[in-house]
Amino acid sequence: MPHRQSLSALNRMLATGGISSTEITTHFLDRIEQNQQLNAFVSVDREQTLAQAQQADHSRRNERNSNLKGLPVALKDIFCTQGLLTSCGSRILSNFVSPYDATVVERLDKDGFIVLGKTNMDEFAMGSSNESSYFGPVLNPWNTARVPGGSSGGSAAAVSARLAPAAIGTDTGGSIRQPAAFCGLTGLKPSYGRISRYGMVAYASSLDQAGPITQSAEDAALLLQTMAGFDSRDSTSLDTAVPDYLSALNTGLENVRLGIPKEFLDPSVDAEVLSAIETALEEFEKLGAKLVDIELPNSSAGIAAYYVIAPAEASSNLSKFDGVRYGHRTAEFSDLLDMYEKSRAEGFGDEVKRRILIGTYALSAGYYDAYYLKAQKVRRIIANDFSQAFKQCDLIAGPTTPSTAFTLGENLDDPVSMYLNDVFTVPVNLAGLPAISLPVGFDQSGLPIGLQLIGPYLKEANILSAAHSYQKVTDWHQRIPGDYE
Amino acid sequence: MTHWESVIGLEVHVQLQTQSKIFSGASTHYGADPNTQACAVDIALPGILPVMNRTAVQMAATFGLATGATINHRSVFARKNYFYPDLPKGYQISQYEIPIVSGGKINIGEGDTLKQIRITRAHLEEDAGKSLHDGLGEMSGIDLNRAGTPLLEVVSEPDMRSPAEAIAYLRKIHSLVRYLKICDGNMQEGSFRCDANISIRVEGDSELGIRTELKNINSFRFIERALNHEIQRQIDLIEDGGQVVQETRLYDPETDQTRAMRGKEEAHDYRYFPDPDLPPLVIEDAEVEYLRSSLPELPDARCDRFIDAYQLRRSDAQQLTADRGIADYFEETVREAGGNSKIAANWVTGDLMAALNRDSLPIEQSRVSPISLGRLICRINDQSISGTIAKDIFSDLWDNGGDVDQIIEARGLKQISDSAELEQVVEKILSKFSEQADQVRQGQGKVLGFLVGQVMKETGGKANPKAVNEILSRKLSP
Repeated sequence: MPHRQSLSALNRMLATGGISSTEITTHFLDRIEQNQQLNAFVSVDREQTLAQAQQADHSRRNERNSNLKGLPVALKDIFCTQGLLTSCGSRILSNFVSPYDATVVERLDKDGFIVLGKTNMDEFAMGSSNESSYFGPVLNPWNTARVPGGSSGGSAAAVSARLAPAAIGTDTGGSIRQPAAFCGLTGLKPSYGRISRYGMVAYASSLDQAGPITQSAEDAALLLQTMAGFDSRDSTSLDTAVPDYLSALNTGLENVRLGIPKEFLDPSVDAEVLSAIETALEEFEKLGAKLVDIELPNSSAGIAAYYVIAPAEASSNLSKFDGVRYGHRTAEFSDLLDMYEKSRAEGFGDEVKRRILIGTYALSAGYYDAYYLKAQKVRRIIANDFSQAFKQCDLIAGPTTPSTAFTLGENLDDPVSMYLNDVFTVPVNLAGLPAISLPVGFDQSGLPIGLQLIGPYLKEANILSAAHSYQKVTDWHQRIPGDYE
Repeated sequence: MTHWESVIGLEVHVQLQTQSKIFSGASTHYGADPNTQACAVDIALPGILPVMNRTAVQMAATFGLATGATINHRSVFARKNYFYPDLPKGYQISQYEIPIVSGGKINIGEGDTLKQIRITRAHLEEDAGKSLHDGLGEMSGIDLNRAGTPLLEVVSEPDMRSPAEAIAYLRKIHSLVRYLKICDGNMQEGSFRCDANISIRVEGDSELGIRTELKNINSFRFIERALNHEIQRQIDLIEDGGQVVQETRLYDPETDQTRAMRGKEEAHDYRYFPDPDLPPLVIEDAEVEYLRSSLPELPDARCDRFIDAYQLRRSDAQQLTADRGIADYFEETVREAGGNSKIAANWVTGDLMAALNRDSLPIEQSRVSPISLGRLICRINDQSISGTIAKDIFSDLWDNGGDVDQIIEARGLKQISDSAELEQVVEKILSKFSEQADQVRQGQGKVLGFLVGQVMKETGGKANPKAVNEILSRKLSP
């Protein structure tokens, strides 16, 4: 059955003619239809998607173009797609169809990837549980009373339940890695600037980065290879060569120094999570890695800095949603100001409003220095901590999250404890570094546990090869939730 | 009686004449149908990102170099946040803390009145769209064609002490940006706009008074009137025991009044912060040096050269060099006219400018080319035609085009200098006006002019007046 195969395996099967793109795509479209209770997808266009699969099969047969993969993937609803809704999980964009494709979408299309559908997400990528979506919460396939994590919760749930062989998400403070950890998947956040942000609806421009949510590091490498690279339409994208991630996968772990920050193994982390991490680290040692104690002394300030910088940028980025040119506009209004106020009050959910208010406050005259500028200083200090640490080690390892997936509704009334979920992921975004979360076990209630590997700037290949080495000798990443086997 | 002194600082918005917008590839061409020149970036669709137009950067740096300013090798774009329907992103991308150009100066006046006006800074930013209200009933329309057009905002120090100085400064900037070919200077189309900060104080005071800001005063004539009005309003207010309130005011040319737009309390908190979508703008020494070496001759230097090389009066030289096109036209005319610079100056500042003004044409669209004007001057110079006939030919050229020599030939306008032919005409006139001829013989020299006039009339203006004078003087000498 195609859904029990990784993206890479399906790619090999397609190449040898063992299966067609149409068969694979039909199978996944059927699974999406049969599993709507997860609420993982926001929009799916079966006919259009199948037509693309048939086209891919046709092209592969007739043009012998091995670049045209014909592999279906799910896409977070934050990427602009022509012809499909791009809602960003928000009412304010609930009627918005983009007239252009994001660069990520163009690149996927160019290599013959097929968009299976757009996945549910926290509204404007603001959240760690996928409960802030206008389209309702997504359920965790491992336990439907649990959250899948966020903000790329729909993407993670879709891959976890094998409704898609792989998905694309975005990560501003952990939005790929945390849901990957909660759903037993491999989630890669590339270095800032590695993948173009053009056509990706901005939450916090200096932190946002697209990346794959997959079953394995090998799958992640396959998708990163397609998506990475300079884009003249994004001034923050990097004009440097893209390495061959796939051929770097088998570099091995021999003599790789794995830095273990003591700050990431503190008592606030769930004991079962800590124990799984320790077991995994022993496995890395067996594979030849050397464990090194390191310090990231200021990483605990990451959350505070993040929750100033990200909302500040968001408060400005979300100003364009004013009901004037597109998106939700209130039905009745007395004047311009009334139209703005009502359209935005109706269009945005609570978490988005909260962050717009925080951000507006942080940028206001008289508070800018104390909040925004101070947060930027903290950001530089945190980035500097990482630079220092990478003098002693090649990669940094630790838990992705302090706990496994929490219960739906558990943190809804307590934004701060929700924010603390991102304590290990946020510093990585602040420093612009690449990091991956990979599954390393389960807790006693059967929920997946994720380990995070952080690399120096642009060293995605090293992270992927380390994760791949581990996945060659373990099978955590191949586990499928019972109901979806 | 108290002597009041006005203190004026100007913010000039110079629309840079790039082909495409400052952060997108859409055309900046003026006058297209609404919203036909607004791409995804300009209408701020979700997911869009700005990309810097390098030509705009070079134009800004060129302006800085031409005013002796510092070009900052690293400048930063910031977001100025406010809601308005013609501002699609909900923020304007502008430069705030570090502009591309710092410092700089402009000279106004001459001799004893020569004065240096300091430029505080010049920064790059994007223009907004336009709100449309006419013909839409209760609705308002938005035209985003202008959104994203590059602007250079030139901010002066409060160095001007009268509306006349403000106008002189503004004219200098206007002339300069056209010299540098970075702006078409068209005020009707809004390519060159101005806001003014005005305060008054008792002459001799060093403290500045409370200022008001006058927004968008968009013709030289209105600026002077608006400034005068605002200064008088402030004087009246203070002399009546009141106080000036810091506020933004709008000038209404219909009523010649200014009215309050918004006060200090209502001033926006723009929440400026560095735009995370744009890395700092870097301009290397090599690029600055390249731009410096590409600078054209600037108006002040050209004016001095005109006085020197063409022996012109300063007022003529200033008039001729204020506009680069006119200066170019003049120099081409002089070349064609065999170096006859004074006559060329008279023609360009006289008949040519009058014709351009009458038909509201810019020099580039002059209906008489500098080559034609130069040839016309040659014909005056070689006495083929008289000055009066030349004016007639100029009108003909302006209205109908054609070649100077062909017109002279076809219309038989060649000056009569042949003495035998002129002798006959003179004889005829002397017999017709024998009474006046006698008066001249008896010493009434003034009447000679009348007789010359009659000869000219008889020849349809073609007679060489100098020759006529000579013949008449000889024949009537006592």
